[in-house]
Amino acid sequence: MDNIYLDYAATTPVDKRVVAAMQPYFNITFGNPSSTHRFGQQADTALEKSRREMAEFLGASPSEIIFTSSGSESDNLALRGTVFTARKKTGANRLLLSPVEHPAVQETARQLKDLHGFEVSFLTVDEYGKVSLGEIEAALQENTVLVSIMHANNEVGTLNPIKEIGEICQDRGVLFHTDAVQSAAHFPLDVKDLNVDLLSLGAHKFYGPKGVGALYVRTGTKINPMLTGGSQEFGIRASTQNIPLIVGMAKAFEQVQSEHQDRIDHLRPLRDNLIKRILSEIPSSQLTGHPEDRLPNHASFVIKDLDGNLLISVLDAAGFACSSGSACKTGDPEPSSVLTQLGYSPSWALGSLRIALGKDTTKEEIDAFLDILPESVQRVRELGS
Amino acid sequence: MIAPVGSRVAVGMSGGVDSSVSAALLKDQGYDVLGMMLRLWSEEGSQNRCCEPDAQEEARFIAGLLEIPFYVVDAQEKFFQSVVMPFIDGYAQGRTPNPCLNCNRFIRWDFLLQRAKALGADFLATGHYARIKKTPAGQFQLLKGQDTEKDQSYVLHVLTQKNLSQTIFPLGDLNKTQVRKLAGDYSLPVADRPDSQDLCFVGQGDYREFLRLKIPAAIKPGPIFDPEGSQIGEHTGLADYTIGQRKGLGISDTKPLYVIQKDIQQNALIVGPTNSLGRQEFFADQVNWISGKEPKECIQADVKIRYKSQEVTAAITVQNPTSVNVQLESPLPDITPGQAAVFYQADLCLGGGIIRSD
Repeated sequence: MDNIYLDYAATTPVDKRVVAAMQPYFNITFGNPSSTHRFGQQADTALEKSRREMAEFLGASPSEIIFTSSGSESDNLALRGTVFTARKKTGANRLLLSPVEHPAVQETARQLKDLHGFEVSFLTVDEYGKVSLGEIEAALQENTVLVSIMHANNEVGTLNPIKEIGEICQDRGVLFHTDAVQSAAHFPLDVKDLNVDLLSLGAHKFYGPKGVGALYVRTGTKINPMLTGGSQEFGIRASTQNIPLIVGMAKAFEQVQSEHQDRIDHLRPLRDNLIKRILSEIPSSQLTGHPEDRLPNHASFVIKDLDGNLLISVLDAAGFACSSGSACKTGDPEPSSVLTQLGYSPSWALGSLRIALGKDTTKEEIDAFLDILPESVQRVRELGS
Repeated sequence: MIAPVGSRVAVGMSGGVDSSVSAALLKDQGYDVLGMMLRLWSEEGSQNRCCEPDAQEEARFIAGLLEIPFYVVDAQEKFFQSVVMPFIDGYAQGRTPNPCLNCNRFIRWDFLLQRAKALGADFLATGHYARIKKTPAGQFQLLKGQDTEKDQSYVLHVLTQKNLSQTIFPLGDLNKTQVRKLAGDYSLPVADRPDSQDLCFVGQGDYREFLRLKIPAAIKPGPIFDPEGSQIGEHTGLADYTIGQRKGLGISDTKPLYVIQKDIQQNALIVGPTNSLGRQEFFADQVNWISGKEPKECIQADVKIRYKSQEVTAAITVQNPTSVNVQLESPLPDITPGQAAVFYQADLCLGGGIIRSD
């Protein structure tokens, strides 16, 4: 049997139709979109077509879409690009984050604090990793320059009420950024409906290529480039645009946004069955993250008294690729900070297991996985201290 | 080769050329190879030299080149309990332990092997220079590596019949030059990274500083006595000296003086001239007979009392299944309690034990 991939929250294979769409832009329509000649014009047409496609599905206008190299870069640009100007204008100096943000947000905020004198405040989250609207409302009594809260958590899959948070921020006139890298593969994202000023995307999570992302920046939001140079991307990101990857992202986004309901209809029953069976067949196991408000492909667990890293190795050797939630290839046992935030003690948190299904995952694959999981868990538990 | 082609073999990888070539050879021979590396304990503020991040990166990269999966397994706790603690205790009791022996016994051929089995492997392979032979009667024998310069059977004498039945040493019939050449043939990087390191868990300083941190009470200055019992100097702590040592005693005498004994009771170091140094008899405990059965009577064998020492012919008398008396044909100056005495008949490693304190 071929190895079975169950780690679609880490990355996804590029859709065949996307590969085909990208193909001509490597060596046929290869021009620099900033060039005056026809080679450049053709590349520019592809670039702007991609921007319009992205904008259309996001409910945005094309001038609000900045192409970047990744979701992480988009997060960086959203924070670093906006907070200095905003602070200058209003004097507000504080960033407000959820404590379970992706490192691209957390570490950026940390640097803004350490090197540039910003304050960083963390909200609390409930046992599922969700923030509370009341707390945000109260926290915004103080001078806040930007709020950054992820749409869906990568480790536990929980969704946050972005629309409602956005409403609160809008009322207060505070910038609101959301990292939608995980949710873009599953939900229609309409930036007007979500009430966001800034929204980050990374193509490889939704069957697009790696190395390309986008940042939505609402018109009127003052943003400065991090990469200075040429005037590409409206002067907000210098660098010759990577046309094949951008075309691939737009194609993948179009597909995921127009096919999302079919994909959810396929994924959710598979995922629900997986959760049900794991909870009933693995003793001392718990679902992490919200039971309903979660990514439709995402099943994450903690299993008590189990070396989660060893379980991942054992499963991989048996032909199933999953994750412990946050990558740890060095074998150093550190409980995930997200699970610790959610209140899990090390004896639970060290035994984390994340299974993230993909659009092509079959029931047979899940059944094969469930056939070997209980015995694998048992073996790893027996080897435990 | 005892393993049927196609069986899954876990190779303990270090990033060094020996374990890398071992993995490549096995893959070439048609085994279902996976690479494993242990994460071992190290002194606070340092990296274990058998698995430091560089070595791990290198091993992971080589596994990638060979297109085999690679897994790192955390063994820090177990390593501390079964290798580092006995090492510290040994010094506290005046012995000079060899931690690699416990590492082989409790970490590689127990902890790692169990985990290799959980990964579906039937065999464990390492880059040691030693050979395993199965006799027609079904016995597994441990033989010296063909390359006697590199032979590592000394540190493998702790293995049992069961261990050997699940082990492959792909380099046993090769010498280092051939292994280097193979690395080139397989397009593997030949970074000269040692495959394992003595005292891998001790940080920047040497083991003496490590012991002072861990067991300050046991490493105190004390008297140096001559064989007649008169004090002729002061030592800095018994753990700082090894039997047979001549330099660094800080005593001037007409003739060279050597460490002959450590008196743990009196915290005294006994030194004497060269003629008082040699011993011809000692006892060894925790003896492992690789055949699984101790000899019935006294046997003749060649004995190695340190990893790199010359063999000396001896008469070995079994006292009980795990203790022996060893009578050497000629005296040796550096018989050191805590080190292993390993017994050979020609290339055949019979087993060995730990030299007893007086």
